[in-house]
Amino acid sequence: MIHKFKARDLNILLDVNNGGVHLIDDVTYDIIDAIEPYFQEMGSDAPMAKEGSTCPEEIIEQFKDKYTREEICESFEEVRGLAAEDLLFSKDQYEKYANTAVDSPIKSLCLNISHDCNMRCKYCFASTGDFGTGRKLMSYEIGKAAIDFLLERSPNRPNLDVDFFGGEPLMNFEVVKQVVEYARSKEKEYGKNFRFTITTNGLLLNDEKIDYINENMDNVVLSIDGRKEVNDNMRPLPNGKGSYDIIIKNFKKLVEKRGDKEYYVRGTYTRNNLDFANDILSLYNEGFDQISVEPVMEDPSMDYAITEKDLDRINEEYDRLMDEITAIKEGGKFINFFHFMIDLDQGPCIIKRLRGCGSGNEYVCVTPDGEIYPCHQFVGKKEFLMGNILDNTFDEDIKKVFSKAHVYSKPKCQKCWAKYYCSGGCNANNYNFNGDILDSYDVACGIQKKRLEAAIIMKIRDMLKEEE
Amino acid sequence: MKHIRTINKANLAKSAIKGGCGKCQASCQSACKTSCTVGNQECKRASED
Repeated sequence: MIHKFKARDLNILLDVNNGGVHLIDDVTYDIIDAIEPYFQEMGSDAPMAKEGSTCPEEIIEQFKDKYTREEICESFEEVRGLAAEDLLFSKDQYEKYANTAVDSPIKSLCLNISHDCNMRCKYCFASTGDFGTGRKLMSYEIGKAAIDFLLERSPNRPNLDVDFFGGEPLMNFEVVKQVVEYARSKEKEYGKNFRFTITTNGLLLNDEKIDYINENMDNVVLSIDGRKEVNDNMRPLPNGKGSYDIIIKNFKKLVEKRGDKEYYVRGTYTRNNLDFANDILSLYNEGFDQISVEPVMEDPSMDYAITEKDLDRINEEYDRLMDEITAIKEGGKFINFFHFMIDLDQGPCIIKRLRGCGSGNEYVCVTPDGEIYPCHQFVGKKEFLMGNILDNTFDEDIKKVFSKAHVYSKPKCQKCWAKYYCSGGCNANNYNFNGDILDSYDVACGIQKKRLEAAIIMKIRDMLKEEE
Repeated sequence: MKHIRTINKANLAKSAIKGGCGKCQASCQSACKTSCTVGNQECKRASED
């Protein structure tokens, strides 16, 4: 399977099955679709890939008004040569790996350390913090038991990720510290390396908490939506006032003191700010250079929800964002936009790409009551309750269902060029919008594809710039 | 070549050989939380080896 797309200055061809990226000229761009049926997904096994095969006359006839016979034949010969090396029209050979994930160890925990929040964000999927299950804080006993659960269920996994999430984790910061201390005390005994992340709205940050987070958290996710008016519209305090002036100050202080350690300022854009490139630039101009801003995933009945009708506008905005980021980089400055990151040579292995995020299989979420769900977005959906940390129950059948949620089991992925980059999308979004974790959510797919194209374009531009 | 320039190693198939070690981060843990982007993660094994 191939996918071609254009940037203003580039024609790009992707071989989906082997991940190959090629820059192609206009002739090749125009004729490649006509060539594809002769090779399908056979690569070097295609009869047409044999040396000496020549361009079919019907292709030459089809493009004779635009290109000379020589141009078309030359381009065809280059395509054939790449197919002969399995660099184009390569085979889909990964289905054998699809079901190897069934017995995967669990390696990641989302610890919902607080089902309470001191903000009232309008789009909160956690129903302003409590996930509809009542405002509660996790006890140390539950947190400790969750760490034990992870230690026991992670054979052959040296790296264990724990994300302190909520609600607002800083509302239960003492337990965060106790859980970190406990996990660290077990690392040597179990041969594990814990990597901690905390996601915070920033309201309760002070010097002491900032220093602790910078010392102990491998990553910190700082929630803020961008421009003050955009942030304050969607992220008000319980009294209705905006949160921006408090959090921006706190986040700046944290990042100034963080050094080279990983962090992200992480925002959500909605239908109200489809000019979200301005929010990313606003965050950049405030001094943040690690930025993630994502679309809201909300029921289409809400006036700020993003729907299929918004996709064209969103695509335009990502184009604009590419130009803005290019301009920043050309000025010699650094900026990293999370969704434009891509490593074309050493990205994830194909086995990871088949499985995706691993929710419900390699990754689970634990609530303040000790309940276990496939991920933070399934919390409160009783049909997905997998068990409880306290009574040592765990539903292996639900784990099996999630382990089989991969690229080959998701019907819409079969013909999608982006399948090995997004792995069939977010299982929770699929369930929330389509009632089935295997039925990919089209709006998210559309945005994902645009961001992937943008990431590849930006990567190639960087590469060409370095060559100059 | 005149018409096509290949710009990466096109090594997805080879990645299966040492793949599935599970050293990498769960994709949703870094900065997503509401979507799933796997392609932009890094291979921990590749960076450690």
